[in-house]
Amino acid sequence: MTLLQVEGLTKHFPVRGRGLVRAVDGVDFGVAPGETLGLVGESGCGKTTTGRMLVRLLEPTGGRIVFEGRDISHLGRRGLRPLRQDLQIIFQDPYASLNPRHTVGRIVATPLEVNGIRPPGGVRQRVRELLELVGLNPEHYNRYPHEFSGGQRQRIGIARALALRPKLIVADEPVSALDVSIQAQVVNLLRGLQRDLGLAFVFIAHDLAVVRHFCQRVAVMYLGRIVEIGDREQIYERPRHPYTRALLSAVPEVTAPARASGRIRLAGDVPTPLDPPSGCRFRGRCWKAREVCATTEPPLAGGVACHFPEGGAG
Amino acid sequence: MRGAVGLTAADPYLQVRDLRVRFATEDGVVRAVNGVSFAVERGRTLGIVGESGSGKSVTSLAVLGLHDPKRATITGEILVGGRDIVGRPDEEVRRLRGRDMAMIFQDPLSALHPYYPVGRQIAEAYRVHHPRAGRAEARERTVQMLDRVGIPQPARRARQYPHEFSGGMRQRAMIAMALVNDPDLLIADEPTTALDVTVQAQILDLLEGLQKEFNSAIVLITHDLGVVSQVADDVLVMYGGRAVEHGSVEQVLRRPQHPYTWGLLASVPSLRGDAAADLVPIPGSPPSLIHLPSGCAFHPRCPYADERSRTEVPELRPVAEGHLVACHRPGVAA
Repeated sequence: MTLLQVEGLTKHFPVRGRGLVRAVDGVDFGVAPGETLGLVGESGCGKTTTGRMLVRLLEPTGGRIVFEGRDISHLGRRGLRPLRQDLQIIFQDPYASLNPRHTVGRIVATPLEVNGIRPPGGVRQRVRELLELVGLNPEHYNRYPHEFSGGQRQRIGIARALALRPKLIVADEPVSALDVSIQAQVVNLLRGLQRDLGLAFVFIAHDLAVVRHFCQRVAVMYLGRIVEIGDREQIYERPRHPYTRALLSAVPEVTAPARASGRIRLAGDVPTPLDPPSGCRFRGRCWKAREVCATTEPPLAGGVACHFPEGGAG
Repeated sequence: MRGAVGLTAADPYLQVRDLRVRFATEDGVVRAVNGVSFAVERGRTLGIVGESGSGKSVTSLAVLGLHDPKRATITGEILVGGRDIVGRPDEEVRRLRGRDMAMIFQDPLSALHPYYPVGRQIAEAYRVHHPRAGRAEARERTVQMLDRVGIPQPARRARQYPHEFSGGMRQRAMIAMALVNDPDLLIADEPTTALDVTVQAQILDLLEGLQKEFNSAIVLITHDLGVVSQVADDVLVMYGGRAVEHGSVEQVLRRPQHPYTWGLLASVPSLRGDAAADLVPIPGSPPSLIHLPSGCAFHPRCPYADERSRTEVPELRPVAEGHLVACHRPGVAA
């Protein structure tokens, strides 16, 4: 039984006089209860837009988002309200996502109050528990966001997302604005919460190493499409799509021998989603591309969308 | 201007000695850099790594002479090609900047003017330091540089505006502008941080290739230990405005002796190793530069801190040939 099912999801943004930005262009995946799915890819691949559609901060142009058997793709404000309890989002920028004029206690209590929830023991008690859960001092209830460091602010955002005991959290680059030493603290916190509370996560990140430490399954996106999806081991140990391989190969690793030979270097940049290439969107940068890649878009089959995948037939 | 005083070919092109930078603010004096020394030879890359507030960017701006003298108090020596630029008039430093030393920043849009074609800006950077060069010569040099940094159709691209370039292409254009006068010293402050990983790999390859060709000294400022390990020869790790560890990439990143360096390396997630294991974070957060902790600035976060760490600032001392560590108990975490 899946918690969340996404089918043929698209989001097109009109750009005046220039046509459509096909930010997300036909994406399918599912998330089981308690599962962590990573969405990775470079800028413009559509991962953030996908995340915002999942929590319905954006309305899809096409396709379906089914949460617990119910199509939520086009629900209005009123219809979405009960859903907010189950679906929460954590943002990248802990500075921009907290109201600087509200105390931490008020920020974390807001979801409870907006939804008219009166926890046993009272709102204040519940907020103190939440602050403690994310590793903050509950005595700091009356402090303001600017009195906290970046890592602590991200913890406040996490406490707020947990207030309604959601079933699924979309975390959009939750640690990429943090310093390395703090990033590890927050990744460990999220891992602990995921384990202890049985939360499902859609974890959006450009950092492949962070995703590897957090996600059981990974979907690699390129120009609005999923090019490969699979278990962590499959994606990181036996990547089949040339783009996945190139992406992994480009990560500078401290432990890797410097200036290693055999690295895959892609030429050029990601093309514009205003006018994606015909056929396979990756073909212009792919060393395996042949004629069929320009004419036929490869479907996502067996976890990979490629005419000539590694370790497969062809 | 004083000449390149007594500089022989073997001397490092950039020498920084006991650099201190302070800013007076409403909240108190920010001690951003507190006695940092290093040297970079031509043809070598020094990576300066540290987290926010470590003083790495303040150090690089001081080397470029870009701090406002009304706001910043700078002491120590910064020898560029043998000339000390600390306290020199802006006029003098400006003549060095762009010609003898150049910079690349994280955000190319901050270095490129949106109103002028890219090529015109690069040509202007050339003509400022080559007053006798004509328009045609500057244009030729520009197209040649754009070509060298891997921009296809350079003559056509030179006529385009920054917004017509992709992020990676803009970074290449900024590198072309930085190198147009063949500088001896290149300061690159987080040059690939805003780029996608596949484009970052291209730019790092490019910088490596250009260094071989131009034989410049490069200072690479970054928070990314992976980037440093791929492109730098030497590493300086900064914490709380001080150097805590300094040595070759091999020494600092493979055999770290300072608990902070060790902690940084342990907290970075990797593509190898056990994915199921928890990361090992450094507890706490980086210090305030207004109220620096006493003794070793890292002691409140250090599991190995002793009484001396709390009271006495550890000096940077050699633990091996060329490998310096500022710790009372070096190697204790290894």
